[in-house]
Order: sequence, then C-alpha cells, then structure tokens
Amino acid sequence: MTALPSSLAPTALADTDLAGTDLAVTATGLVKTFGSHRAVDGVDLEVRRGEVFGVLGPNGAGKTTMIRMLATLLPIDGGTASVFGVDVREQPHMVRQLVGVTGQYASVDENLTGRENLWLFGRLQGLRSARARATADDLLERFGLTEAADRQISTFSGGMRRRLDLAASLISRPPLIFLDEPTTGLDPRTRGQMWDTIRDLVREGSTVLLTTQYLDEADQLADRIAVIDRGLKVAEGTPDELKTSVGSSSLQLRMSNEADTAAALEVVRRVLGEEPVLTPEHGGLNASLSDANQAADVLIALRQSGLSIAAATVQKPTLDEVFLAITGHGTDEDTTTPDLTPEATR
Amino acid sequence: MTTLTAEHETVLVEDRTLAPRPTLAETLSQTVSMAWRSTKKMRRNPEQFFDVTIQPLLFTAMFAYIFGGAISGSVADYLPVIIPGILAQTALTACMATGIQLREDMDKGVFDRFKSLPIARIAPLAGPALADLLRYGTAATLTILVGLAMGYRPGGGVLGVLAGWALTIVAGWSLAWIFTYLGTIARSAQAVQGISMMIMFPLTFLSNAFVPESTLPGWLQAFVKVNPVSHVVSAVRDLINDGNVTGEVAWALLGCAVVVAIFAPLAVRSYARKM
Repeated sequence: MTALPSSLAPTALADTDLAGTDLAVTATGLVKTFGSHRAVDGVDLEVRRGEVFGVLGPNGAGKTTMIRMLATLLPIDGGTASVFGVDVREQPHMVRQLVGVTGQYASVDENLTGRENLWLFGRLQGLRSARARATADDLLERFGLTEAADRQISTFSGGMRRRLDLAASLISRPPLIFLDEPTTGLDPRTRGQMWDTIRDLVREGSTVLLTTQYLDEADQLADRIAVIDRGLKVAEGTPDELKTSVGSSSLQLRMSNEADTAAALEVVRRVLGEEPVLTPEHGGLNASLSDANQAADVLIALRQSGLSIAAATVQKPTLDEVFLAITGHGTDEDTTTPDLTPEATR
Repeated sequence: MTTLTAEHETVLVEDRTLAPRPTLAETLSQTVSMAWRSTKKMRRNPEQFFDVTIQPLLFTAMFAYIFGGAISGSVADYLPVIIPGILAQTALTACMATGIQLREDMDKGVFDRFKSLPIARIAPLAGPALADLLRYGTAATLTILVGLAMGYRPGGGVLGVLAGWALTIVAGWSLAWIFTYLGTIARSAQAVQGISMMIMFPLTFLSNAFVPESTLPGWLQAFVKVNPVSHVVSAVRDLINDGNVTGEVAWALLGCAVVVAIFAPLAVRSYARKM
C-alpha cells in the first residue's frame, strides 16, 4: 500500500510548507484538565522522524492522556500540537490519516473475527473489498494470526488481541504510530515479540511514540525518552543519559546491626564519593554506582571497618530510582502502583 | 510473528495526499460498513431481536383482547385502531434500543479505534441506525401478521399495508435519532434506558395509538394533537385501513424529517466532542 485512495481531495503534504520539517510530533505547552485535576500540565514534546520516542512514567502520570490528545481522541485543553506539521486541533481529520493508535486496551471488535475486524477497518479507510481482504490476510500472516483469523476475538488471548490491535493500526501504513503501553500485561515471550515488531516498524520508516512504565522497555526500544510525572515532563534524553543520571546500577545494603547504619553510611560515602540514601527497612541503605564493580570496593571497605552486613544486592537502576533521582519522590507516591516491575503487573 | 520481508516498502509521508474532511461518497460507504458490522453483531447476539419479536406478538394480542370490547365494542372492530397503534409503539421501543445499544457500544474499546480513524463522525452513529431498519422491519411485519391472524382485514389492500409498513419503518428510523442523541450524552446504558422510558411512555400513551382522541379531556387532546406519534398512527391508519395518502401522511413525514434534522446533528456533535 503506497498511498491513500485517490478519491481524497489532493492536498499533498509535500506542498505544505511544513513538509520539510524533520519532526513527526511537535507539542508545546500541552494541557488537559479533568475538573480541577491537571492530568497533563504543560508538556513540550518533539519527536523526530524515524525515531522511537519513549514516554516513561508511572500510572496516572498523564502518559495515556497525552497520547490520546495527540491522536485526536481527546480535546486539547491548552497548548498546541502538530503531527508532521498538521495542526491536531484544527485538522483532526488530516491527522487521523497520518497516525495509527494502539491503546492500552485492545480497540478491536469483540463481536467480529480477527479477519472481519481488519477487513472492516480497511473498508472504513477507503480500501475496496478485495483490497481490504488482501491487506487483512497480509497482516494476519505477518502477526502470526492466520490460524486464529476466523475465530471471534472473545476467544483470543491477551497477546493475540494486542497483536491484532497493532495490525489494525497498520492497515493504512501510517507514518506515525502511537503505542500506549504496548507490552503491559504481556508475558515475557510475547513482550519480546512485540519489541521485535516495533523495531521492524521503525526499520520500515515509521515513527513510533510509545508510552511505558518500564525503564528496560524504554531502554530497549527508544532512541529518546521523556520522563513524565504528575502531568509534567521532568526529564528528557537518551536512555544512556537518563541512566547515567542515576548511576549505571545501585547497591542495596542492609546492616546486621541497625546501630551500624550511620557508620556504614560514612564508609560508603568515602568509597563512592557520593551520598547514599537510607531506605525504609531497618539498617538499609542504597547507593548508586557508576560502575557495578564499585560494589566490591564498598564491601571490602565495610569488612575492613568491621561492619557486618545482613544482605547486599547490586541492581540495575529501576524506574523507581530514576524517579527518585529526578523527582525526589518515588513512583508509588500518590499512585496506586505499589510495584512497577513487569513481572508483578497483572 | 514473522519478520518483515522486503515487500513491505518504506513508509513515506510525502507521497500522501490528505483530505481535510470526508466526502459524501466516503461517508455513505463508511456508514454501510458500520451497518455491516451491526448486522454481524445482531447475527451473533440474536437476543437483540427479543424486543422486536416477542413484544409485537404479545402486545398485539394482549391489547386487542383486553381493550377491544371496551373501546370499540368488539375485538374485530378494535383491530383497525390498535394495529397501527402497536406498529408505532413497537417502532418506538425498537428505536429506544438503538440508543441503549449505542451507549453500550461506545464504552467498548473498538469505539476508540473508530474515533482514531479518518472517517466521518456520523458513520458510527448512522451505521447502527441503518442496520436497525431490519429490526423495525421485523417488528412491523410481525405486528401486521399477528393482526391478520386475529382476523384483521385491512381495507387499504396490499399496497396500503405495504405503505403503512414502510411508514412505520421510516418513523422508527427517524425517531431513533432522539435516542441516538441520548446515547451520546448519557453516562451509561442504564441512564439511556431510564430517560428513554420517560420519553417513550408519554409519547405512545398520550397519543391516539390505543384510544380515539375524542374520548380524552380537552387539555390532553391538545398534546395528543401535536404529538408526532399521533400523526404517524393516523397516517398509518389512513394508509392501511383506507389506502388513502392523506395530509396526515405528509404531517407524519414532515414530523420525522424535523426530528432527524434536529437530533442527527446534535448527536454527531455530541459524539465528536465526547471522550
């Protein structure tokens, strides 16, 4: 599929003065309020063509709201947004011709089969019946759904639904694809498959804007990441920049004797040259490491000082730590998500 | 999931032509596609036909036998009065369900997809309305058949009956836009149901559907006379019982047109703005 049907009025994008822009999404001061709650509170965003841009944040940070505004699914309350230079508020119909949206919850029809769903969405986008059928068959095969194609969606597993949903977003081969938490709730294997698919999309030249709660997902996929917290963008950069800001990994210690905590704090500070953070459990402290090998230095220094540890773990930075480092508060503050690791969700 | 092959060519933005809005032809085609979806849904959830099958059977028999003697002296004499009345009533209940089902549907994920697609905003509303013609048709056909089985012999002949049948369906489709609008503004399907009941009962019972309006007190007659349902009922009676295309038919059609002209744009506007 190369272009939209010729019946559409010919406003070639190449003719507009913004066609030369290398930005797929531009948003300035984006605001969405629900009553007195400012779900998105003045976010600026620039997504370059051909990149995967990750929006990282905990539940309730405003990620989904932001995507829904950019995808014309929610009215924009303040600020401006454009997609390939087309104003989202002024020209929603044109923007809809440029984007594909795959939401957190599969937006496919439960009453139809997989094939019928794709056929319907193709027809709605102006494909002739035979063409819509061929496109549906192609996509079903590409997403490994051929065998289940004639089953009703209600019999589909979560991963199959998600795949079908993504397939449905690709019918018109949109140059910009919004993926709202594409792997939340998927098992690790399906998750990996979804990642591969997203990489393939980018290879084809699509621009992808994805939201996620998982730092590793953003790390794996995104060229650049914006961290969103309580409707505000609190950080932006490449995954490496982001991780460096919190250290490449962290050392978690728990002292056998709680009274040793202060002394241990002093030792860690001396070895790492950085202030460790006390954790809620008794005798626990947490230090960020620029190099995981520094953990050994710390442990040796503790032993030499005669301080005994109950437990020590070296961990890659978690989203919680990135958050703590950037915002000064954890992700679970004010949110209902106690644990943000992928394994613990659903 | 297989990897992409070379035949999936690169996605380009520049070779796209963007339309500022859908054309009329596209809107019609999208509406038909949405109607196709609704018929698939009906076929897989046949309980959607309960109200348009059981109600006409039950109400026709019940009303005719209970009120026939009291109102017209005999059941046979009451049938020409009650059949057009029931036709209008079932059409109205059937189109009430249009609004309730739309509300239910709109809460589903697939409506997000519809909203994100470059399609006419009216298509997801007009599609189900188009498919519901099947339901109105079923209701009207069954009501007439039950009447015939009970001994009703319409004076308008085959053509008159067909015309009355068609007018019932047109009226159902038109009035459905009131409930479609309710579907787009209400918070839940239950709310649509509640409000719809409050609209449907006065409209059907405060009309000439079941009793001659001359038996009503003056103030009530005033309302009955302007009630569009009365005009539909009178028009259907004129067509089915006498085979006459009277001024009532024109009034009924005009009333239907006014309802559509007011509520269809309201519904589209409220749907496009919501969510």
